[in-house]
Amino acid sequence: MRPNQPVPIIGLVAVAALSWNPLQAETDPIELTRGAMLSNSCAACHGTDGNSPGEIPSIGGKSARFIETALQEYRSGKRTGTVMGRHASAYSDEEIRLIAEFFAHGK
Amino acid sequence: MPRLSRRRFLELLGQAGTLSALSLVLPPLARAADKPGAKASARVVIVGGGFGGATCAKYLRRFAPDIHVTLIERDTRFITCPFSNTVLGGLNDMDYISHDYSGLQEHYGIEVVHDSVTEVDAAAKRVSLTNGGKQQYDALVVSPGIDFRWDAIAGYDEKTAESVPHAWKAGTQTETLRRQLEAMPDGGVVIIAPPGNPFRCPPGPYERASMIAYYLKTTKPRSKLLILDAKDKFSKQPLFVQGWEALYPGMIEWIGGSDWGGIGRLDAANRTLYSTFDTPHKADVINLIPPQKAGAIAHAAGLVNADGWCPVDQRTFESTLHKDVYVIGDASVAGQMPKSGFAANSQGKVCAAALAAKFHAIDMPEPSYVNTCYSLVGPEYGISVAGVYRLVDGEIKSVEKSGGVSPIDADRQFRQTEARYAVGWYQSIVSDSFG
Repeated sequence: MRPNQPVPIIGLVAVAALSWNPLQAETDPIELTRGAMLSNSCAACHGTDGNSPGEIPSIGGKSARFIETALQEYRSGKRTGTVMGRHASAYSDEEIRLIAEFFAHGK
Repeated sequence: MPRLSRRRFLELLGQAGTLSALSLVLPPLARAADKPGAKASARVVIVGGGFGGATCAKYLRRFAPDIHVTLIERDTRFITCPFSNTVLGGLNDMDYISHDYSGLQEHYGIEVVHDSVTEVDAAAKRVSLTNGGKQQYDALVVSPGIDFRWDAIAGYDEKTAESVPHAWKAGTQTETLRRQLEAMPDGGVVIIAPPGNPFRCPPGPYERASMIAYYLKTTKPRSKLLILDAKDKFSKQPLFVQGWEALYPGMIEWIGGSDWGGIGRLDAANRTLYSTFDTPHKADVINLIPPQKAGAIAHAAGLVNADGWCPVDQRTFESTLHKDVYVIGDASVAGQMPKSGFAANSQGKVCAAALAAKFHAIDMPEPSYVNTCYSLVGPEYGISVAGVYRLVDGEIKSVEKSGGVSPIDADRQFRQTEARYAVGWYQSIVSDSFG
């Protein structure tokens, strides 16, 4: 198409909107909450929304009780791992609860 | 009808004045703009598509799909510094550490422009590109990584680095260093010369020594590796030394800056590094990692302090020197956080939250920052450092009684598990940043 040629604008919009939409993301938005802020830190190892693509266990979609218990036990030393005790020790009961809720809902 | 480029499509829309038509075909957006103080369809331009910039773009779109995000990145493929040492060790190839931007474009609707920014006009809120184009912004995020202080070491400049590689930006430099290692004879000497603090990836030079030692042990076992450090101690030092003694006994020697005097000058032609006492250290391969500063665009944009790094409000990463300009990643002064890809990823998320809160006129949650870095001492021998950070009196500080390095008294099983997690860490952070 030459730059100065008249353009059928409406058709153009429809076609282009189907192929690429500058304001449309495929994934659902996440609410900007304290739980999201805390949990996003976990995603760099456990995967976005807790869905790990590799060797590190996924936590997305696990029950809130499971995640909360695991983090509390890593923090107390009852549960031993490699790095999780060093992370869990930074978080309060309330923060652990928020993280557990976030990942239990798949995000 | 011929396929239109995205840029051409936008140009046509602009020419025809049909932006209102665009809104007709879009799904309803979050009505963020209904709130007092909120800004509809804000435009955020992000300069630099490394871990910081890519993560910030992705998470900003996740928090605020109504915000238009343009990521400006010179290269079509990003080659990661993390795991580039495994290429030197022969464990992986360059493709393994190379990633494109299709995920950010296709899954998150981020406009990716492959170009370089030549100028930032903070007053007009506009950046200029090398192709002559300009991008208007409501907020600008600068994530340029590092550049080198080429004036710091006599005899070492950008041209010399083609034969004496730093390999501290992954890419052709990584390949050059790998080729030199392959070409050197059994019984040869490799020198790694790390810089003083602060610099990108504090444990990186020592993981590099480990991976090169692994390669030498398996192919050229009579060779030696000498680390001539600018510093008198280094990250994860007891763990690295323990690992070297276990895996590469007698092969690696580390000498602190006070003991050898530090770098006086480089004689590249003779592959000789002279100390400040003028003592020569000759090698078959020299990996010289020079002192660093914030990436060039941060300097051009007037975002740096006297030390060459970018001071920011550590809650939002907004520059303290220019309003509505944010700096994340290695270039920023981020309290106690190290300069690492993981830290940049974490800062990208906090900055994204700050921007979403700003444009939606809502309160930003208290920031939380994390760093986790694995180092491979051998293919089945990993060690790690972890840190969780909070904002205390305006500065990012490590949470007390948390974080730290792997235990020194761990058994081989523990090191094996951490090596496995190192690979998982890489898969996850790449996916979380670019996927």
